[in-house]
Amino acid sequence: MVVFGVLLLTFLLIHLVPGDPVEVMLGESVTQADRTQLRADLGLDQPLIQQFGTYLGKLAQGDFGQSIHTKTPIIELIKTRYPATLKLAFLSLLIGLSIGIPLGIYAALKAGKWQDLVVTIVSVRLSAMPAFWLGPMFMLIFAVWLGWLPVSGMESKDSIVLPAMTLGFALSAILTRMTRTSLLEVLNDDYIRTARAKGLTEPSVILRHALRAALLPIITIVGLQMGSLLAGTVITETIFSWDGIGRLLVESIEKRDYPVTQACVLVVALSYVLVNLLTDILYKIADPRVRFAS
Amino acid sequence: MKKFSLFILGLWLIAVLLGRLLQLNPTQIDLNAILSNPNAQFWLGADDLGRSILARLLRGVEVSFLVAITVTSITMAVGVLIGLIAGFYGGKVDQLLMQITDIFLAFPGILLAIAFAAVLGAGLGNLIMALCLTGWVSYARLTRGQTLSLRNRQHVQAAESLGASVPRLILRHILPLLASILVVEATYSLASVMIAEASLSFLGLGIQAPNASWGAMLRDAVRYMLVAPHYVLIVGTSLMSLILAINLGGDYLRDALDVRTNE
Repeated sequence: MVVFGVLLLTFLLIHLVPGDPVEVMLGESVTQADRTQLRADLGLDQPLIQQFGTYLGKLAQGDFGQSIHTKTPIIELIKTRYPATLKLAFLSLLIGLSIGIPLGIYAALKAGKWQDLVVTIVSVRLSAMPAFWLGPMFMLIFAVWLGWLPVSGMESKDSIVLPAMTLGFALSAILTRMTRTSLLEVLNDDYIRTARAKGLTEPSVILRHALRAALLPIITIVGLQMGSLLAGTVITETIFSWDGIGRLLVESIEKRDYPVTQACVLVVALSYVLVNLLTDILYKIADPRVRFAS
Repeated sequence: MKKFSLFILGLWLIAVLLGRLLQLNPTQIDLNAILSNPNAQFWLGADDLGRSILARLLRGVEVSFLVAITVTSITMAVGVLIGLIAGFYGGKVDQLLMQITDIFLAFPGILLAIAFAAVLGAGLGNLIMALCLTGWVSYARLTRGQTLSLRNRQHVQAAESLGASVPRLILRHILPLLASILVVEATYSLASVMIAEASLSFLGLGIQAPNASWGAMLRDAVRYMLVAPHYVLIVGTSLMSLILAINLGGDYLRDALDVRTNE
């Protein structure tokens, strides 16, 4: 149902263009024949319902239509750009997890002390900062002032570090808070006291007993955050000239290449729906209570 | 925290008023001053066209607030109305409305606003429209959830059995109980609309030159980062201070009004 809605909304996008989308896309300097041709190519001369039907039918065959400017099939564009975005998103997630969870554990163990306060304040505030703020700041510090990393582009292997850090930091801030809260909740449980009373070492109590139970809400948060991560790639990729699907989207908007815009929006939205679905499944695997209840 | 938040917001307010009073011109071009460092004439330096960064920042924050307040008011009104209807009537109406919000929520973050802004075209009016089209969803969700539980409170049931009309039930008996949670939500949404506006302008989808906008300024600043690092620092710090102040203000209001959200 949601997927259907997403498809419908993306399909309708092109009809939101004020005036005639064909005019807007082609500009003034083309002949009437060109216009008619494009209108027919896009199927805009047919009834709306039929257009939607054709749109769905083509999508089912993996046909996104073609770019108005380069005439390349959009599926090819997406095939070349999407892996770059996935790579970026995956590395960001890794950075987010590897900073966020240890820091969250640390804050929970020092709960109420000044270390906890510092970590909490920094992470709460950091999570409110948009990518287009963090990105330029990182760029200024690490690329311009320190000169450690390339400013932008995709030429060198290190190019991915800054964009991934930008996205990963925002994610880690949220994860830190979440880990802290959910760990604190379980730390007072009876079975933790039992584990300690049995004489288990502190790392074993925290990592094997407490963290396992605390991980559940974290999975949900990671799933939800993947959404803003995916949307954040649009801006981050633009800042760092990373040739992913987000940048493709922005480029297509600048060129008024609406079929490409439509396809990018659809691909990102569907990825998000898919991630949410995976999160739900993962949640069921991780939590026996959810598994048996359903 | 409250003092800090008020201090920053007050500072910006005074600066904007002073800017208006001194008639700082955000579009005046001085070709000798292109990307100059802060100096006596340009307190915060000049941008890539030789315009005063200070004047543009001050005009930018005005635009930013204008957009944030407009969008927040519209989305709140629409979202609350939809949420009240869904929560009050329940059943089929509720299902349909919530399915629509589900579809909107399936688009991650700012993506849908980007898409709307892209097809509507750039400009202030379209920017506001794009943000409104996507912003109502969270209010609708929030209001619906609260209304569902308030609907069955005894005072509402009592009023209903005494023959109160539906508008009266909603306006007199349910809405007042939602006020505090909505005020807090609105404060946070001010900050998020400002971020969204800046993001869209950053991508070239929002406010167009020569009008000033922080997002567009930040984009230019990134472009000239190597020659004029002060530009990006100034715009970045301003943006951070403002968002921080609004969020802290929101935190304060949440604690003061004792609002519990499940997030």
